[in-house]
Amino acid sequence: MHITIRKSDVEKMIAHALSVRPEEACGLIAGEDLENGTRVIEEVFLLTNIDHTNEHFSIDPKEQLKVIKEIRKKGLKPLGNWHSHPETPSRPSEEDKRLANDSKATYLILSLMDQEPVLNAFHIETADDERTVRKEELETL
Amino acid sequence: MKITVAGEKKEYAEGLTVSKLIEFENVETPQYVTVSVNEEFVERASFDSFALKEGDEVEFLYFMGGGR
Repeated sequence: MHITIRKSDVEKMIAHALSVRPEEACGLIAGEDLENGTRVIEEVFLLTNIDHTNEHFSIDPKEQLKVIKEIRKKGLKPLGNWHSHPETPSRPSEEDKRLANDSKATYLILSLMDQEPVLNAFHIETADDERTVRKEELETL
Repeated sequence: MKITVAGEKKEYAEGLTVSKLIEFENVETPQYVTVSVNEEFVERASFDSFALKEGDEVEFLYFMGGGR
């Protein structure tokens, strides 16, 4: 899938992730799916990592629901989530895969391990009880 | 009756339970889904008995988390 995201939204994620480092940062993404198959991320939401650690993130379901309602009110569609890896690469960890229960979601992972942050998008689905990961084409506009 | 499911208006028969809605909507990995009705979470133990009514707004949410 081809996914687009605005540079300003990427910068927003990076700024937030750096501000909470060493903890992992997290949030939701919203936008629309175009008929040509492109997924357009229109807005990035910053949520609280209730685990407050550098090793794990969890989104509070109540905050998640509140933001989902905000997304609906704006006429957008919830598209997935994002989180940061302060010390590891931009790829789904085993725990990320284990907790990726929605195959329609896009999972953005922002790595801060190097000087230059790296953002990648992934599709994760379950087949025969195994999680398969596909790296998506992410274009920054 | 008309209800809103994940932002879309849908028509369903009166008395529809949350369990049946999960089935009719082909909700993926239903064992992991959390359901809210009108911004209140429904206990999983009540899915079979919780009857939806006209105008209800339903959301299916998955726990979101991960690790390094």
